[in-house]
Amino acid sequence: MIDSFPNYEALHCPLPLLHNERIVMGHGSGGRMSYELISKVFFPSFNSPTLKTGDDAGLITLPNSVGDSYSKLAVSTDSHVVTPLFFPGGDIGRLAICGTVNDVSMLGATPLYMTAGFVLEEGLDIDTLCKVVESMHEAAKEANVQIIAGDTKVVQNGKADGLYINTTGIGIIPGGINISGTRAQPGDVVILSGTIGDHGIAVLAARGELKFETQIKSDVSPLNGLVATMLEATKAIHVLRDPTRGGLATSLNEIALQSHVGIMIQEEKIPIKPAVEAACEMLGFDALYVANEGKLIAIVEEHQADKLLDRMKAHPLGADSEIIGTVIEQPDTHVMLKTTFGTTRMIDMISGEMLPRIC
Amino acid sequence: MKYLAEFRNSKLVSGVIDEITRTVSQPWVIMEICGGQTHSIMKYGLDQLLPDNIELVHGPGCPVCVTSLEMIDRALAIASQPEVIFTSYGDMLRVPGSQGDLFSVRASGKDVRVVYSVLDAVKIAQDNPSKLVVFFAIGFETTAPANAMSVLQAQKLGLDNFCLLVSHVRVPPAMNLILGSPSNRVQGFLAAGHVCTVMGYWEYVPIAQKYKVPIVVTGFEPVDILQGILLTIRELEHKSNDVKNAYSRVVNYRGNKPAQNIIEQVFIECDQKWRGIGNIPGSGWRLKPAFVKYNAEDRFHVEEIKPTESPLCISGQILQGLVKPINCPAFANQCSPEHPLGATMVSSEGACAAYYRYGRSK
Repeated sequence: MIDSFPNYEALHCPLPLLHNERIVMGHGSGGRMSYELISKVFFPSFNSPTLKTGDDAGLITLPNSVGDSYSKLAVSTDSHVVTPLFFPGGDIGRLAICGTVNDVSMLGATPLYMTAGFVLEEGLDIDTLCKVVESMHEAAKEANVQIIAGDTKVVQNGKADGLYINTTGIGIIPGGINISGTRAQPGDVVILSGTIGDHGIAVLAARGELKFETQIKSDVSPLNGLVATMLEATKAIHVLRDPTRGGLATSLNEIALQSHVGIMIQEEKIPIKPAVEAACEMLGFDALYVANEGKLIAIVEEHQADKLLDRMKAHPLGADSEIIGTVIEQPDTHVMLKTTFGTTRMIDMISGEMLPRIC
Repeated sequence: MKYLAEFRNSKLVSGVIDEITRTVSQPWVIMEICGGQTHSIMKYGLDQLLPDNIELVHGPGCPVCVTSLEMIDRALAIASQPEVIFTSYGDMLRVPGSQGDLFSVRASGKDVRVVYSVLDAVKIAQDNPSKLVVFFAIGFETTAPANAMSVLQAQKLGLDNFCLLVSHVRVPPAMNLILGSPSNRVQGFLAAGHVCTVMGYWEYVPIAQKYKVPIVVTGFEPVDILQGILLTIRELEHKSNDVKNAYSRVVNYRGNKPAQNIIEQVFIECDQKWRGIGNIPGSGWRLKPAFVKYNAEDRFHVEEIKPTESPLCISGQILQGLVKPINCPAFANQCSPEHPLGATMVSSEGACAAYYRYGRSK
């Protein structure tokens, strides 16, 4: 038994588990470990100011812009790996289109063109590939984008999980739009476009390892139509972000860090389907950290919030929108949650891999 | 959600809080044994609702946190063997051993899998006859029946390629240790509802009598926890030290007899090392000699492994309720969920992790 305090000042911290020698799954969580990997490995070499902004897409200001209205482009790239390839509500193809369309849209851009790169595993059924490609075609039509370039590589059996897809998207930012994760200001209102956790729980159930069944479908959808509607309602939107990996909690933390503000959200205002809530309870997950693929967070000036909310609710992909909180002045850039009991607690970013509880 | 929403009802919560406030007349220190309760308290901010003179301290009831370092090191050694599929509850993958964790082992190409139930591990053994499947059988009385069942199942199926790395712990000896310590501050206990579901609460009667502390069997939802606190305060204010049950919708006095029988059939009481605390006599279970072929420690000869603990981590004092996480000098500095120095920061049930996630800015 330990009888007295050790002398801390005389000791060096051994930090046994930096995981900086080898990639572990937690580096892909989209949370703090991913952030550390990017800061330590990528930023020192890829040090463009645009990249360091930390938004979902990079912003390009054209050197010789034609007129004032279409002078900025948004570019984003995303690699898509998902098991299983087909899940309720979507598949890897639909995900590959929507994921990138949404990242481009989160700067307020209108996505127009995409590229698609495929890594195919030897042995993959051509029929499976056809289904995925057809699904991409459908999703691209829905999002009104064209696929203008592509690439195909094949790797040996066992060197990939069936099929990986990388997509890059380009969109034009209309004049007068200035949306970035750096622009949240104290007093702004936080709106969420619908229920959380649908995608993560649908994929988890489809994987079959946990042997539970659910009627929940992935929410994977292109959000550019919703964003266009929102921008018609008001130009006073400061931030847009789609809370994918790491969930709502991680995205709010990213925004708080980027904008140097705090965010206070109300637990009872966060929309969640009872089936998602029940699955999370049963499996020991916190829905705030479960992935979404068809939802967005909008941070808007207070005086425009109600108007924007009404327009969002009128759109099919925003029908369950709610005002969930406000941006607050806080030096520690924490995200706080007010519980239904009136108490407050901190909401942190996801750390590494999301793990189920033991009991 | 039916059967949960009722116990998260804010009107009921404020009703019980009012009753606690009316009842309490002096300062009391209460320990919740179970890490699941610690997390509910922090997640719902229940400590913020209580009168200032009630102090909650957090007990050693997180099975991941208290699994000894040498057992983690043994797990890492076994999981690193070729031909092994190492299976575990998710939480354990992140617990640091002397060198690395199960994540590192998995990243080095070894087969480490998260399962929800030990019976999934039995299934993996059936499906992979050329591999040896090891399950990391940790936990309190709660997980013991299922772990014992897996051995009987493997025996029935005639599986030779399945074994357990057993590191079971029991609550009553830990309560004895805490109450018997000269530095003990705990005046009343919330006993862990899930443990009592299996074991009943007859074991706590002699402890309550010996140390003159009330013990209240308590659930995990906000109303459950506050009800447990209210009953404890009533006992304390009346200078009574009975064992009460505030979780009667699940727990009865004798517990789940068939589950206890299975435990008895497979496991035998033993001394057990608790991480950060040390050896507690009679506080563990190990496999009975008749089941030696299902004992991973025997099959892999890992008894010689000698661990080295981070000198900064004071999880032992935290697990005994002597120090709060926020008062640890390493808390949120050198020690965080990404870089845990000790297991209390690792498990989602660990007290340090609860403070880190929910209450750091306070």
